[in-house]
Amino acid sequence: MLEEEKVALLKRELIEFATLVEAMIEKSIKGLVNKGRDVLIEVIEKDEPKSNNFEIKLDELCTVVIAQYQPKGKGLRTVLMVLKINNDLERMADHVANIAETALTLIEMPPMTEYMKDVLKMAEITRGMLKDSIDSFVREDSALAQDVCKRDDVVDELRKVNRREIIGSMCAACSIMEVGLDILRIARNLERIADLSTNICEDVIFMVEGKVIKHKMDKM
Amino acid sequence: MPNSIEIKAENINFYYGTKQALKNINLEIYENQVTALIGPSGCGKSTFIRLLNRMNDLIPHTRVEGKIYFEGQNIFEENVDVVSLRRRVGMVFQKPNPFPKTIFENVSYGLEVKGIRDKQTIEEKVISSLNQAALWKEVKDRLHDSALGLSGGQQQRLCIARCLAVEPHVILFDEPCASLDPISTRSIEELILDLKKYYTIVIVTHNMQQAARISDFTAFLYLGELIEFGLTEKIFTVPKQKMTEEYLTGKFG
Repeated sequence: MLEEEKVALLKRELIEFATLVEAMIEKSIKGLVNKGRDVLIEVIEKDEPKSNNFEIKLDELCTVVIAQYQPKGKGLRTVLMVLKINNDLERMADHVANIAETALTLIEMPPMTEYMKDVLKMAEITRGMLKDSIDSFVREDSALAQDVCKRDDVVDELRKVNRREIIGSMCAACSIMEVGLDILRIARNLERIADLSTNICEDVIFMVEGKVIKHKMDKM
Repeated sequence: MPNSIEIKAENINFYYGTKQALKNINLEIYENQVTALIGPSGCGKSTFIRLLNRMNDLIPHTRVEGKIYFEGQNIFEENVDVVSLRRRVGMVFQKPNPFPKTIFENVSYGLEVKGIRDKQTIEEKVISSLNQAALWKEVKDRLHDSALGLSGGQQQRLCIARCLAVEPHVILFDEPCASLDPISTRSIEELILDLKKYYTIVIVTHNMQQAARISDFTAFLYLGELIEFGLTEKIFTVPKQKMTEEYLTGKFG
């Protein structure tokens, strides 16, 4: 196989991995909303281990590409990016598994629909961010990557508002403490997934424009 | 292991006079795969590849022990037709060695030796071989010019076309890019990757990265011994033998 073909294979595997994580987010939120125990267990017991296998496979593939082809220039940057994104995706899958685990307890408790609204919105934005971060990498689209980074601020803001409301309610009524903490946990995990998508996009911007924007998002 | 075994070497010992160049080599070459032989100078890789079509027969005072099976027969048996063996196991050498004849004649020569007389058959075979060797487009308008006027990379592809014309099963490449520039090297490498769909390929190379890039299996030889053999992606990432690791990382050789 030529170097270009092997790098293209890497990209394809990475897209497949990202698609799995995206589906995991969707399933865990659906499970939470529809009280779908089975689908939540599937995320924890089937999808999460699948994501671990993906990570190992991609790690190995990248090592083989570096050892066999010693890529240079763009080929090297792409392989290094795949390694980093691979790591980010695996961590995202862990966060989704956390969400599914929390959802399993939450669905047994009285519903708190008023606080779920923001969480569902966060989930929707986060899933879009993940999808677009991978698209921006595949298409080398730095404008799309910049847009994803901006959406992270929206997720952060939603989480802040949600947190404030829940803490306020918990102070007023101890009985909702357990449910409140669970919702906070889900929101926290979604926020981390959004952060990891932002990481991917920062690297895409570096790959395309050679511009380091990490750790100084406010100056964008 | 993928694919079936095309060539199987069993307990091969080889001597130049009293000097033993290969020591008890056991190796399997898989069909439609590229197998690379690597190792420092004098490790026996060229000696081994030349055994596969009995080119070493031409060197006086040499002796071979052991068996090499190809198409179900030990190639060292007395009744083996060596000319026919060399047709089925073709070879491309380090230095392009076209005949001092026209481009067309270089490729048609083997066909004529094979006894083919029909002009149209010869012409068709020459064209298809040049095509397969990715040379046709570059030479189609000067088929009757001297082959010596071609560039080094083109000459090497012509030698490959010459080899393909007689329909081999296996092609042996002995350092095919050693005298070529990086662009010609890449075109030969791409060609080898393309040819493996139809032929089994064994390549000797000093260039470890070339072995890594184009081979499916790698054999590492040292001082006439086969130190390690396995999938290239394993040999180059997690070799089992310490000596292989040291060679790959440039600690010796």
